[in-house]
Amino acid sequence: MPKRTDIEKILVIGSGPIVIGQACEFDYSGTQACRILKAEGYKVVLINTNPATIMTDPMMADSTYIEPIIPEVIEKIIEKERPDALLPTLGGQTALNAAVAVSELGILDKYNVEVIGADIHSIKKAEDRESFKKAMQKIGLDLPMSFQVDNMRDAQSALSKIGFPVIIRPCFTLGGVGGGVAYNNDEFKHIVQKGMAASMVGAVLIEESVIGWKEYELEVMRDHNDNVVIICSIENFDAMGVHTGDSITVAPAQTLTDKEYQIMRDASIACIREIGVDTGGSNIQFGLNPRDGRMVIIEMNPRVSRSSALASKATGFPIAKIAAKLAVGYTLDEIPNDITKKTPACFEPTIDYCVVKIPRFTFEKFKGADTTLTTAMKSVGEAMSIGRTFKEALQKGLRSMEIGLSGLEDLKTEPSPDQLSERLRVPNSQRILCVKHAIANGMSLDELYEITAIDPWFLHNMKELVEFEGRLKSVSRKGLAASGKELLREAKEYGFSDKQLAGIFGTDEITVRRHRKKIGLTPTYKLVDTCGAEFEAFTPYYYSTYEWEDESRA
Amino acid sequence: MNGKAIIALEDGTVFHGSSFGASGERAGEVVFNTSMTGYQEILTDPSYKGQIVTMTYTLIGNYGVNEADCESWQPWVEGFVVKEYSKIRSNWRSEESLSDFLNKYNIIGIERVDTRALTRHIRERGAMKAVISTIDLDPKSLVRKAKKSAGLIGRDLVREVTYGEVREWSRKGKYRVAAIDCGIKYNILRLLESHGCKVTVFPAGATAEEIKAIKPDGLFLSNGPGDPEAVSYVYNTVEKLVNDGVPTFGICLGHQMLGLALGGKTYKLKFGHRGANHPVKNLKKNTVEITVQNHGFCVDIESLDERDVEVTHINLNDGTLEGMRHKKLPVFSVQYHPEASPGPHDSVYLFKDFTDLMEKHRAKKN
Repeated sequence: MPKRTDIEKILVIGSGPIVIGQACEFDYSGTQACRILKAEGYKVVLINTNPATIMTDPMMADSTYIEPIIPEVIEKIIEKERPDALLPTLGGQTALNAAVAVSELGILDKYNVEVIGADIHSIKKAEDRESFKKAMQKIGLDLPMSFQVDNMRDAQSALSKIGFPVIIRPCFTLGGVGGGVAYNNDEFKHIVQKGMAASMVGAVLIEESVIGWKEYELEVMRDHNDNVVIICSIENFDAMGVHTGDSITVAPAQTLTDKEYQIMRDASIACIREIGVDTGGSNIQFGLNPRDGRMVIIEMNPRVSRSSALASKATGFPIAKIAAKLAVGYTLDEIPNDITKKTPACFEPTIDYCVVKIPRFTFEKFKGADTTLTTAMKSVGEAMSIGRTFKEALQKGLRSMEIGLSGLEDLKTEPSPDQLSERLRVPNSQRILCVKHAIANGMSLDELYEITAIDPWFLHNMKELVEFEGRLKSVSRKGLAASGKELLREAKEYGFSDKQLAGIFGTDEITVRRHRKKIGLTPTYKLVDTCGAEFEAFTPYYYSTYEWEDESRA
Repeated sequence: MNGKAIIALEDGTVFHGSSFGASGERAGEVVFNTSMTGYQEILTDPSYKGQIVTMTYTLIGNYGVNEADCESWQPWVEGFVVKEYSKIRSNWRSEESLSDFLNKYNIIGIERVDTRALTRHIRERGAMKAVISTIDLDPKSLVRKAKKSAGLIGRDLVREVTYGEVREWSRKGKYRVAAIDCGIKYNILRLLESHGCKVTVFPAGATAEEIKAIKPDGLFLSNGPGDPEAVSYVYNTVEKLVNDGVPTFGICLGHQMLGLALGGKTYKLKFGHRGANHPVKNLKKNTVEITVQNHGFCVDIESLDERDVEVTHINLNDGTLEGMRHKKLPVFSVQYHPEASPGPHDSVYLFKDFTDLMEKHRAKKN
């Protein structure tokens, strides 16, 4: 079906100030939406508090209101502009919450404004934990045991049914603010009170702990003709218990057989249909018991999310842009894939590389802050890297963090055995380096898995890096030139930077680089093309790696 | 393990890598598959007989191998090409490593290959003959051997994968189904069974009379390897049964058998469709199914008589024929794999369509 002609003017809600849990990715998605809607000939009205965004640049919208994103202001804008439709799914949780608020005040009915993307009923069904639970039970999906409560007495009674540790999640917040994990009664009372205060509706969910389970996310898109596709699967390096925004995450999922992946895919499709997100993207999270494969659905975001931005970059499939087109009536098979030009956007991207996302923390700016990673997001940014293998991507990602690392390096200061064990057990921003330290110092992967719940697949890949570094060190005394091209090539394939190699060989980065060039060991560039090279790609989106063929056309 | 290995193509292109499966030397047609999961199902799918399969996803072996996910009793590929073979397998259902599995069945695996370069090469030049070896490491000699190898055109590979005798897959069921096994995948049989079919599996060489003797409510035509025109004994049998009015459902090679039985022609695609993300438009429902595909040959839409045959499904990537239905006879087929395994479950409804067709036909008869 072609685009809708019964609407002319669309109000887009931006994501407001940049806060933890909601950063520039929503400026990106909102900007994409404005561009697409304008290009399709619609009049775009934009509201966003934050003038330091691309979307509020002149020309992005027909009229831009830099005003607080609150119902009273939105009503005034609606009264003045008289938009036909409101698009709330591209401005993060802020936009979604604002849309729910104006709808409940009757403002949308009063001015006859239609919500496009996801309707208010669907948003509430996905966001309200009790109704989400009911909806998921209806379609036969398993969830962690949970009880929604709005007072301490009910909270205690829920606790008695579940037992410690227990997860507390406030209803209707962003980035999981105010939630946490309680291991004892004092912690429990404290977090429940904080959570109720943080919730828009004064309620929290007391939930069975699935801490230590494997965590997955699927990015799903649906059009109003009920075509549903999965854009990307993501597997978390950090097990359940760490907010996904604070987790190291990997795309695609690494340790699922096709049978298990398809069960998750079916569940995601059933979920988006049951919640009723008519058009656009949703993000669905799953927990998986590593011992028996029990799969539980954790939550669903009925909007373009932080993970959608990651999935777009990871696959080359522009989720925000397509979501905007779907919102105005196109179906997936009517939209061309920008990268291949010849094939439609109605397909599932396949990738022929490994993507690693690493969160960036700035605890040094928040003296006294608790640096433990829990269910409330604390990272302020992230780096995403692409490599042919997990090992290469992990090292590239770590050095992209701009925190002084040039790869999977050693800890700057040697921890005591107690410190090490604590830092492995309790998730924190330095944990990946502690894992390396533990491997290098002979801790078995079984023991490490016991302590960290990081899947053995990831741990083993790190061990291969540690062992390879050991191999390099063992020949380092002979010097760089004597180490041979084959070994250096392997080092580059494993993602070792020139700076890391300089450290190992006791020389400087420039010398390594010169030597590398002299022996003809230079990076090759490969395309991110959504299709694993099955079709020709026209968009110049490359990543560097050390392979045999270079595809760059420069 | 970890010795050198080479894959050499008939056009002189050579890729060096390391061995991770059995040692030896085999020839086959080199093709690529873009599924990110399901290597085990791919390896054990008889349709890959005669082919050396390259996975475009780079990390393979991550979750090991298990008995339950096999699509037949053994792997059939002539060789397996990957970027990185995972030295660790991590999954609660894993029973053995991929390397051990390949060794057990004498399949050569090669890793550390620039699989994207190989895939691009196949995309540009087409699927071609190749030799994979861990024993002869002389590229020139291997290219010569690749050139001399048999290739797929005109070769009957069905004979090599069909089970030699009649099998009863399921002993209970409302519908008596005769399945012609050209290399049938287990998940097709599992789905027929779960849809209430009592399935008897016939070897590909079974005659129409042998099949008719069980008085089937329906005929199923399976997937299988190689050039469809080389298995005339199958489509001749199919032609007889179909014209007798037996309700028939065909998948992949089975679809091609029907195409040929109905007077159509098949042709070879440049590099085929192999992956789990192919969009197919259902022209009747006007919806899109994400499908898993594995075919190097295709039924020519133009060769079918439109007075008899209706196109029901079309590939959105390249417009090729994906499904058809006979306008007078109770017969339909798809080129892709509704049984999934590996791949999405979007098209499982076709099995219900088959039992509905048998039900309707039965009602008409009575």
